[in-house]
Amino acid sequence: MSIVNNFDLYAPRLVDQEEYFVHGHRACQGCAEALAVRLMCKGLGKDTVVVNATGCMEVVSSFYPTTAWTLPWLHVAFPNAASSASGVEAALKVLRRKGKIADRRVKTVAIGGDGGTFDIGIQALSGAMERGHDLLYVCFDNEAYMNTGIQRSGATPFGASTTTHPAGDKSSGKTAWKKNLAEIMVAHNVSYVATACPSYPIDFITKVKKARKVEGPAFIHCLAVCPTGWRCPSDAAIKLGRLASETGVFPLYEVVDGKYRMTVQHDTLRPIQDYLKSQGRFRHLTPDVIETIQARVIQEYNKLQDKINCLHAWSDLKE
Amino acid sequence: MAKRVGMEIAIAAAEAVALCRPDVIAAYPITPNTHIPEHLSDIVADGRLDAEFVCVESEHSALSACIGASAAGARAFTATSSQGLLYMDEVMPIASSMRLPVVMAIGNRALSGPINIWNDHSDIMSQRDMGWISLFAAYGQEVIDMCVQAFKIAEDLDVMLPVNVNLDGFQLTHVVEPMLFPTQKEIDKFLPERKPYAAVHPDTTVSMGTLGMPDIFTESMKAKDEALKNSKKTILKVWKEWEEQFGRHYQPIIEHRTDGAEVLIMTMGSMSETAETAVDEMRKKGMPVGLLKLVLWRPFPYDDLRKAVKGARSLVVTDRAVSFGSCGPVGAEVRSALYDEPDAPAIVNEIIGLGGRDVTVEDFIAMGEKGLKAEKGKREEEYHIYGVRGS
Repeated sequence: MSIVNNFDLYAPRLVDQEEYFVHGHRACQGCAEALAVRLMCKGLGKDTVVVNATGCMEVVSSFYPTTAWTLPWLHVAFPNAASSASGVEAALKVLRRKGKIADRRVKTVAIGGDGGTFDIGIQALSGAMERGHDLLYVCFDNEAYMNTGIQRSGATPFGASTTTHPAGDKSSGKTAWKKNLAEIMVAHNVSYVATACPSYPIDFITKVKKARKVEGPAFIHCLAVCPTGWRCPSDAAIKLGRLASETGVFPLYEVVDGKYRMTVQHDTLRPIQDYLKSQGRFRHLTPDVIETIQARVIQEYNKLQDKINCLHAWSDLKE
Repeated sequence: MAKRVGMEIAIAAAEAVALCRPDVIAAYPITPNTHIPEHLSDIVADGRLDAEFVCVESEHSALSACIGASAAGARAFTATSSQGLLYMDEVMPIASSMRLPVVMAIGNRALSGPINIWNDHSDIMSQRDMGWISLFAAYGQEVIDMCVQAFKIAEDLDVMLPVNVNLDGFQLTHVVEPMLFPTQKEIDKFLPERKPYAAVHPDTTVSMGTLGMPDIFTESMKAKDEALKNSKKTILKVWKEWEEQFGRHYQPIIEHRTDGAEVLIMTMGSMSETAETAVDEMRKKGMPVGLLKLVLWRPFPYDDLRKAVKGARSLVVTDRAVSFGSCGPVGAEVRSALYDEPDAPAIVNEIIGLGGRDVTVEDFIAMGEKGLKAEKGKREEEYHIYGVRGS
């Protein structure tokens, strides 16, 4: 925490000064996802190929003939960041083996939003993780289809109002709970899985660096506050990301070889209202719904704590 | 020296692709193309080919992986059929727009429903407008030859477009034929290593697949169309080189007994061999019928077609797909190509051989007779679905 509090002091020493996702892109004011992508790139460094699913980051960064990417970058379509990246990874491997490209490790990194990852891209993601490519997948989750106009996704939280599941006289927003994608990835035996948020930049970059080192599949679920879709002020993104962690809505943890560890600890969790109240997408929620959400957040948090306390690293389970 | 071998054509296609030393192969099982990737995986497993074989979880991912691999500079191959091709549909136009020389073999099969695993051309016809070069093989030797030619055409820097090689499901994929097999040395001489124009790699940093706004989109479509039309020059050049090295001749439309023919029948794919037999029989009976075998479907060989039909009274265009509510897709193309031609032949469009229904010599003779009765300037019907039972 002290590092985050003294970020100005430490950042120049801790973070790569090179920019790989540069100014000039067209993300909305206060977009935490653009910040997260920039930070991710700093954790990855230049020997990286980025494969981007269709979505906000692809759209804002690649208006032909301009590009915000100084890393080699490929966009194919919406559901196939993981499968396109599988092809890139396979190509880099075989071309290196055959001496057709330089003999050094280049990391393939696929990125997608929550729609491109939780929903339409989950089959390709599952396949890529199962096959064991040397591939890092980072999901930048802003909890709805923001690029197309704030439609509900499998990552949209319970109770949030979206343009396809709006609040109304007979609706209090989404009636299903958010998918736990990190768990789905752990179930694929992915040896490095983490949650992250650009509100905790050093924590995020550290996780990216760890994931990059893995010679095989790795997955990071990064919460990216979207002021436009969450209907909050454009200067609120960092604060809301912190509140997501502080209330336990989005705990920041990592799972290394099956062993869970909380990377950002809070002695006590703040009440969920602190997180919900400044977001227009939750404005309609009545106290009883908030109570339901609070109970679920505590339950999920305790489930995670239980895993942290009880589960062992897979490598310790061999005997 | 080339050896004559008896082999299942799908296996031969795999062997031919392996001779091209692809770097990445990604495929997903679907009948009837499956023996191609299966056999390629055998070749990789046995160490005869140094390639990454990516066993993807869907056809969408198969083509996506090939696009990714090709974008990274690799030589990439996939194969599919029917619904599998439709599942690739979303990424088909992206491969061509990104000018990536992916090669795909299609074991042509009917589209569902009702579900049917047998041959017709409705799968590839649904992908007609995707900006790919499309070749149709009539028999095993052509399959082998085209699989090799496809890489050379696709990767030529004047082309840089994906190519699909169509071989009829079962009628070709599962049939054993004698074929002349080129040697590795011969193929290495014919097909150089791929030298990509651009590749996603830190040493050649590039952004690929960027967003095209309205101010640039029309121009990018024009560029793709020009690229596909211009590819014909390279296709002809590659065929010439093939003929010089291997002695087998290819052209966009191959003619059989067209001298003095008043009626021409046009076929694509494996039906062409049956049609040849039928034409020979009709000639014996004194019927002035000849055959045009359409090899190059995209880019469509307008000039070759106009030249080939000169002097003919009628042209029977066979189609193995229906453009529902319109006519056969090849029939529509041919009519459009000949509309402005002075003295164009009467066009009879016969849709035949759907979902594996046999097309016999007798059927071709019946179609030839229909062609003999057709009169210029008098259209009896837009198209006809041949041999419908109960009609």
